[in-house]
Amino acid sequence: MSKRIDINRIKDNLFRYVGIGCTLFGLLMLGFFLYSVLREGLPRLNAQFFSSLPSRKPEEAGILIPLFGTIWVMVLTSLISIPLGVASGIYLEEYGKKNRLASLIEINITNLAGVPSIIYGLLALEIFVRILGLGKSLLSGSLTLALLILPIIIVATREALKAVPKTIREASFALGATKWQTTWFQVLPASAGGIVTGVILAISRAIGETAPLIVIGAMLYITTLPSSPMDDFSVLPIQIFNWLSRPQKGFIINATAAIIVLLAITFILNGIAIYLRNRWQKKVKW
Amino acid sequence: MSVKEKIIEGVLLLCAAVSILTTIGILWVLISESSVFFARVPLSEFLFDTQWTPFFADKHFGILPLVTGTLLTSFIAIAVALPIGLSIAVYLNEYAPKSFRSTIKPVLEILAAIPTVVYGFFALMVITPFLQQIFPQMAGFNALSPGIVMGIMIIPMISSLSEDALYAVPTSLREASYGIGATRFQTSFKVLVPAASSGIIVSVILGISRAVGETMIVAIAAGQQPRLTLNPLVPVETITTYIVQVSLGDVVQGSIEYQTIFAAGIALFALTFILNNVSFYIKKKFQEKYE
Repeated sequence: MSKRIDINRIKDNLFRYVGIGCTLFGLLMLGFFLYSVLREGLPRLNAQFFSSLPSRKPEEAGILIPLFGTIWVMVLTSLISIPLGVASGIYLEEYGKKNRLASLIEINITNLAGVPSIIYGLLALEIFVRILGLGKSLLSGSLTLALLILPIIIVATREALKAVPKTIREASFALGATKWQTTWFQVLPASAGGIVTGVILAISRAIGETAPLIVIGAMLYITTLPSSPMDDFSVLPIQIFNWLSRPQKGFIINATAAIIVLLAITFILNGIAIYLRNRWQKKVKW
Repeated sequence: MSVKEKIIEGVLLLCAAVSILTTIGILWVLISESSVFFARVPLSEFLFDTQWTPFFADKHFGILPLVTGTLLTSFIAIAVALPIGLSIAVYLNEYAPKSFRSTIKPVLEILAAIPTVVYGFFALMVITPFLQQIFPQMAGFNALSPGIVMGIMIIPMISSLSEDALYAVPTSLREASYGIGATRFQTSFKVLVPAASSGIIVSVILGISRAVGETMIVAIAAGQQPRLTLNPLVPVETITTYIVQVSLGDVVQGSIEYQTIFAAGIALFALTFILNNVSFYIKKKFQEKYE
């Protein structure tokens, strides 16, 4: 009997180490991975790399065009997806709460969130590139990514609105405010922290996306900076994929350097989001 | 209600309807393009032929090699992510101090925030050369390495969904187990994990669905050879990789090769749609049990 108890104690203690081991495995992979990327790519990150156009020679090539493309896509995708997503979230949470249309939209959003990103590429290839005739432009790409992250923004908006207590709405109604006045002047400011966090995470997801942009044909050799939303473009993930598919070692080093830049942008955005979330959670105690 | 209020509500509704339009658009594009494809290729050939050779003189349009490639890499991913993710969930829920849990969780979430093209680089340039030292016969492109890396990517998903499921188990069950003298290990794996099993199954199904739809990791590291095999050491091609491969080439719109990507797309859409809805169904039943 006591032997069995001992065995169970040992098992219990053993699992503590298994658990720590598994947790550390994730962290170690992350660390190991960052180390290998930094070791290869860091020496390549110089002024020439940031300011050069694409080139057939790896040591002369740079990320000027894809970096600008990523910034363009970030801005355009935000302009399209934030108003649409936040408005949808407001409608579903504040207005259409119990009607059938709202519940249909809700089921639909849950399903859309699970659709693989490459399927959005097929949608965009047919609708934006061909039928609407937008071509392989920045606008096509940004519209595609905006649709892709719309479910994330809608869900985040709804969560943030849900966290605002009913009493605030009731107090506003009692003072004679209309539904929209209540939403705009009371509920939205109170939930802004949560919404902004969700939006930043969604944008960070969008700028890391590659597959749907490849499908719409954005894998082009471009030598001029885009100056309008209708111009052809490239973005950092596409450039990384392009360099990775070349055999020369020099291009692989370029890819790791571009990965460092992309990861830096992703981590900064995520860091801001986490900071805002913590601040918002601390500040607001209903 | 004033006119202005009505207009605002109408505009908000229109915005919300964009998501419905997106779904209709996806279904319309996939069905209309692939219906042209299925007018030329019988459905039976698509489902049961064992070769996928749209670019050869002898054309075959059997989706099976792409489906096995997709499922092979996805199952390798789950084989990595489930044991690790579940152990993390149990450890953080039952063993770890609260402060450790709250610091480690956001760090683990970073794994899910890394762009997939970056993971593809990791699979091709770091994991594959490492595995080749263990399996010298392993090809430069293979299913194992991207499978493992996809597994690492979905660890946070499995661990956080499983943790929610474990957390939702009523405290009374936990206390009853400790009350009769069970250790934490026994409580965790004989009481909590079985009680949370439906939630854990949901996390696994969603994990598989995520891996099935994943594109860049497999496109970079798994190769482009549609092959009906379960050998993880040779190059395979997934459904998503095939779509990328065609998109990179100069395929004429309206040609049969062009239509194949929509046929492949509909197969991918159906696969993830079924997986997602099975998980919603289980989740719904599970919530009824405890609330």
